[in-house]
Amino acid sequence: MRLTETQRLVSGKAAPLGDFTRLLRRLHIDGPLLGGLLLICAFGLVVLYSAVGEDMRLWLNQVVRLGVALVAMLVAAQFSPDFLRRWTPWAYLGGLVLLALVLVTGEVGQGARRWLDLGIRFQPSEIMKLAVPMMAAWYLHDRQMPPRLSHIMIIALIIIAPTVLIARQPDLGTALLIAASGVIVIILAGLSIRLMLALAALSVPGAYMLWNFMQDYQKQRVLTLLNPDSDPLGAGYNIIQSKIAIGSGGLFGKGWTNGSQAQLEFLPERDTDFIFAVMGEELGLLGVLTLLTLYMFVVARGLFIAIQAHSTYARLLAGSISLTFFVYVFVNTAMVTGLVPVVGIPLPLVSFGGTSMVTLMAGFGILMSIHSHRKLLPQ
Amino acid sequence: MDLLSPIKDHYSERRIFIARVVLTSVFGVLLLGLVIARLVQLQVFDYEHFAERSLGNRVRIEAVPPIRGLVFDRQGRVLAENLPAYQLELIPEQVLDVDATLQRLATLELIEASDIPRLRELSESGPRFKPVALNPRLDDEQIARFAIQRPRFPGVDFRPRLVRHYPHGEYIAHAVGYVGALSTSDLERLDPSRYAGTTQTGKTGIENSYESRLHGDSGFRHIVTNARGRRVPAESRDLQETLPADEKPAPGYNLYLSIDLDLQALATEQLAGRRGAVVAMDPWSGEVLALISAPSFNPNLFAVGMSQSQFSSLQQDMDRPLFNRAVRGTYPPGSTIKPMLALAALETGATNLERRTVCYGFFILPNTTHRYRDWKPEGHGEVDIHDAIEQSCDVYFYEISNDIGIDRMHDYLARFGLGSDTGIDVVGERPGLVPSTEWKRKSFRNPSDQRWFQGETVIASIGQGFMLTTPLQLATATAALATRGVRYEPRIVAAWEDPLSGERTLTSPVRLDDVELDDDSNWDTVLGAMNSVMQGPRGTARAVGSGAPYRMAGKSGTAQVFSVGQDEEYEEEEIEERLKDHALFIAFAPVENPQIAVAVIVENGSSGSGVAAPIAKAIMDKYLGYDDAAD
Repeated sequence: MRLTETQRLVSGKAAPLGDFTRLLRRLHIDGPLLGGLLLICAFGLVVLYSAVGEDMRLWLNQVVRLGVALVAMLVAAQFSPDFLRRWTPWAYLGGLVLLALVLVTGEVGQGARRWLDLGIRFQPSEIMKLAVPMMAAWYLHDRQMPPRLSHIMIIALIIIAPTVLIARQPDLGTALLIAASGVIVIILAGLSIRLMLALAALSVPGAYMLWNFMQDYQKQRVLTLLNPDSDPLGAGYNIIQSKIAIGSGGLFGKGWTNGSQAQLEFLPERDTDFIFAVMGEELGLLGVLTLLTLYMFVVARGLFIAIQAHSTYARLLAGSISLTFFVYVFVNTAMVTGLVPVVGIPLPLVSFGGTSMVTLMAGFGILMSIHSHRKLLPQ
Repeated sequence: MDLLSPIKDHYSERRIFIARVVLTSVFGVLLLGLVIARLVQLQVFDYEHFAERSLGNRVRIEAVPPIRGLVFDRQGRVLAENLPAYQLELIPEQVLDVDATLQRLATLELIEASDIPRLRELSESGPRFKPVALNPRLDDEQIARFAIQRPRFPGVDFRPRLVRHYPHGEYIAHAVGYVGALSTSDLERLDPSRYAGTTQTGKTGIENSYESRLHGDSGFRHIVTNARGRRVPAESRDLQETLPADEKPAPGYNLYLSIDLDLQALATEQLAGRRGAVVAMDPWSGEVLALISAPSFNPNLFAVGMSQSQFSSLQQDMDRPLFNRAVRGTYPPGSTIKPMLALAALETGATNLERRTVCYGFFILPNTTHRYRDWKPEGHGEVDIHDAIEQSCDVYFYEISNDIGIDRMHDYLARFGLGSDTGIDVVGERPGLVPSTEWKRKSFRNPSDQRWFQGETVIASIGQGFMLTTPLQLATATAALATRGVRYEPRIVAAWEDPLSGERTLTSPVRLDDVELDDDSNWDTVLGAMNSVMQGPRGTARAVGSGAPYRMAGKSGTAQVFSVGQDEEYEEEEIEERLKDHALFIAFAPVENPQIAVAVIVENGSSGSGVAAPIAKAIMDKYLGYDDAAD
C-alpha cells in the first residue's frame, strides 16, 4: 500500500523513519538487502579482528575496503537496468580484451598472472564476474523463453571464452565461479530439465577431460580431499587443521579470540580462505549458523528482487547475482569443512581482501538498481 | 530491435522464471543442508575427537631435568656441585646476517673461527626461533667483552645453565669421576622417562656408579606452542587453563663420601710429577679415606665439554692421566706380600719362630744352578722370620717358599682379598692375579706351559712372576692385617641424603669373611715385624718411621718392570726411567689401635722404602693429626 505525499503528511506517518526510507529510495538503495549485507559485514569484521591476530592496522585496512565496496554498491545502484543493458556488450568485450592482455602482459603474483596495471592495478577477471551474467542475460533479453538449443550454444560460447582465458592464468576458482554465474542464467531462463540431465550425464567424461587439463597442484587438491590423512603435513594439512578447528569449536565455540587453532597458527590462511573455520572454532555451531542465516536472507532477498523484476534482462541478471553469491558461500564453506576440494574462493564479505568484495558489492548495487528502477505500473 | 524480435509472452516467461527460482532454491537448500549436516557432524558428534586433537596440536610435554645431587667429602666439603655457566647463544630469526655475526664473534674470540661452518649449519637447520649454542661456557673475561659489544649483536645473548663443577677437580678426579654428554649408548641403557630432559650422565667414578641416586627423576611441564613449535607465554592467553597438571622433577640424592679432601690433596701433591696411586682406608669399616691416581686431570673439562684437541691430548698423554691406577692398575706386589706369606708359613708349619737361615745374598734350588738373588747382594746374614720381614730378606722366603707351596700361598693371599675384585663402589676395578697350579693349568694351552715349576714358587714368594695386584687390593689386604683378620668391603660413599626431606641414609659397612688363624700369636709375630720395618733398628723403612710420635707398621716392596715392548719408541733416557722398578709401600697405624691403612705405588720409583714409604707416612701423619707436630 503506497501513500501519496499528502496522505503521508496527513496521516502523521512522517516519522524520521519515513524520511530515512525516502532517502534510501532516492539513493536507489534496498533497505532489507542493505541491512542484511551490513549485518554480514559487521559480523565478518568481528571475526576478522580475531583472525588477523588482533592486528588493528590490518583490521582498519579491511574497514576501509568495505567502505570502498559500499561506495561501489551505491554507484552501481544509480545506473538503471536499461542503461546497464545497453552497455553490457561493451563491458563484456572490453573485459575479454583485458583478459587477453593479462595473459600477454599481466603481472605475476603467487605463480599466476592475474593482475593488470592500467594506471590502477586490478584483476580483469573481476569485471567478468558481472559481465558474463550480464552478457548472457543481454543475449536472452529479446528472445523467447525457454531458450532454444542454438541460443544456448551461443551463450555457452559467451561463457566459455572468458572462462578459458581465466583458467589459463591460472585461476581455476574464479573461472568456475564465472562459468557458474553464466550457467545459472541459462538455468533460470528455462533450460529444459531433460537437457540439464543430459549435460549432467555428460559431466562424467567431461570431468575426465577436465582432470587431464588440470595442473598438478589442482589434481593434488582433489586427491587430498578424498583422503586428507594421506599427507597430513603436506597438502592435507589445511583440511585437517580446518576440520580440527571447526570440530573443536563445538556448539558454542572456544570464545572470541580464543581459538587455539587459529591464534596459534595451526590453521593456515586463517584470515582469508579459511576464516570460516576461525568462526567455527571461536563462535561454535551457533555462530556459523547465524552467519549462514544472514547469507540466506541476502540470497532470498535477491531472489525476491529477481522475481519482481520487470524485464527479462533484469530478472535473469538479478537471479544470477543472487545465486552466484550463494555458490560463493557454498563452495567456501564446503571447502573449509572438507566437502569439496580446496579452491581458492574467499568467504564473501568476511574474508580479508578487497578486490572481490568491491565486485560483489557492485553486484548488489545492480540488484538494488533493478529493484528501485521498476516502472511502477499496476501489476 | 524490439520490433523485430518475436512476441514475448511475459506472463509465461515470469512463470518459468519463478519455477526455476523455486527449483534452484530447493537445490540450494539441499546444498546448504549438506554443509549444515557436515557442521553438525564435526561440531556436535565428533566434537570430543576434534577437541582432543586440538589440545594435542598445541600442548607439548616438555621435560624438566632434575638437579643432580651434590657430592661432599667426609668433612662436608663440596666435591661436586652444579654451577651456572654462561652459554653464548644465537637466535637465527633475530639475526640479519648469521655469517657476518659469526665472523665478528670469532674476531672477538668469543667463538673459535674453526667452528664457524658447523655453527652456521646449526643455525640454518633448526627452527628459526630456537637458540643455537655458540659457546657452552664463556669465561669472565669473555662475558665482559661481550657485554660491552652486545648492542652490536642483536639476536646473540648469553644464558645461564647449570653445569657440573668440581671445585677440587684434580684432587678427586679418579675417586669422584666426572659427568659427560649423554651418548647414544647411554640412552639405550638408561630409563628414557627419567632422563627425558637430561643432557649429561656420570661416566666414571662414583658419578657413574651412583648415577641412579645422583640423577633424580625428570619432571615435565605442559607448554602451549603455536604451529611452529614456538612457546606461547603463559600470561598471553587463557588458552592454558585446561592443561593437565605438571610434575616437578625430583632432585638427585646428595652423596657424602668417606674420602677426605685433605688426604686427597696431600697425596696428589706427594705424587706430583710421578705416576702412581695411593689408597687409604679405615680398616675397621672399609671406608676409603683417600683414592688417588697420578697424574690426575681436570674433570671439569668433561663436564663443560672440551675441544677435540684437548681430548686427544689427554688420551694420548704417555702418562695416561685418564687411567685410574688405584683400581685398575695391576702391579707385581713385590715384598709387600711377605707379611701375609709369613702368616701362611707360620700357620702351615713351613717355618716357626726358631727357624733361622743364613743369607748369603742368593738362593739355589736343590739340584739346580740358577741363583735367585736377594735385593741385598752381600746378604742379610743369619735371620729368623721377624728379621726376614724387618729387613725384607728374600732368601729366607725363597727357602720356605716350596715348603709352603704355591697353592697354599694362593689360598692365604686369596683370604686377604688378593686376586679378586674388592667390591668397591667404583666401577671398573681389576681383580689382579694370584697364581696357583690350577690357574696355570687352565690358563695355558700348551701342556708344557701348564706345569708349575718350583722356581715359579720361589719368585712368587717375593711377589714377582705372575702375581699382580691393584693398589686398592693392597690397601684392603693391609687393612685386614691391621685388624688381625677382620675384613670389610671398601666403600667410598658413606651416606646419601634426600635433598627434600634432609633424611640421610648411612651405608652400612659390609663385613667380609675374616682371615682366621689357628694360632693368634702369629699375628703378633708378623705385625711386630711390620712395626720393626718402620721403627726397628734394622727396618728397611726406619728412616721414615723412627722418631714418629706413634707406632706404625709397614712393609716396603719393589716390583720389577719386565715388559717394555710397547715402549720401544721412547728415547734412551726415557727408557731408562721407565725401566726402573716400581716402588711400593703398605702401612697402617697406630699399631695398637689401627685407624688407617695405606697402600702406595710409585711407578718406576725404584725404592719402596725410600720413595713410597714417606708418602704413606705423610698420609698417616695427616690423618692421625701429627702433621703439624712433624714440622
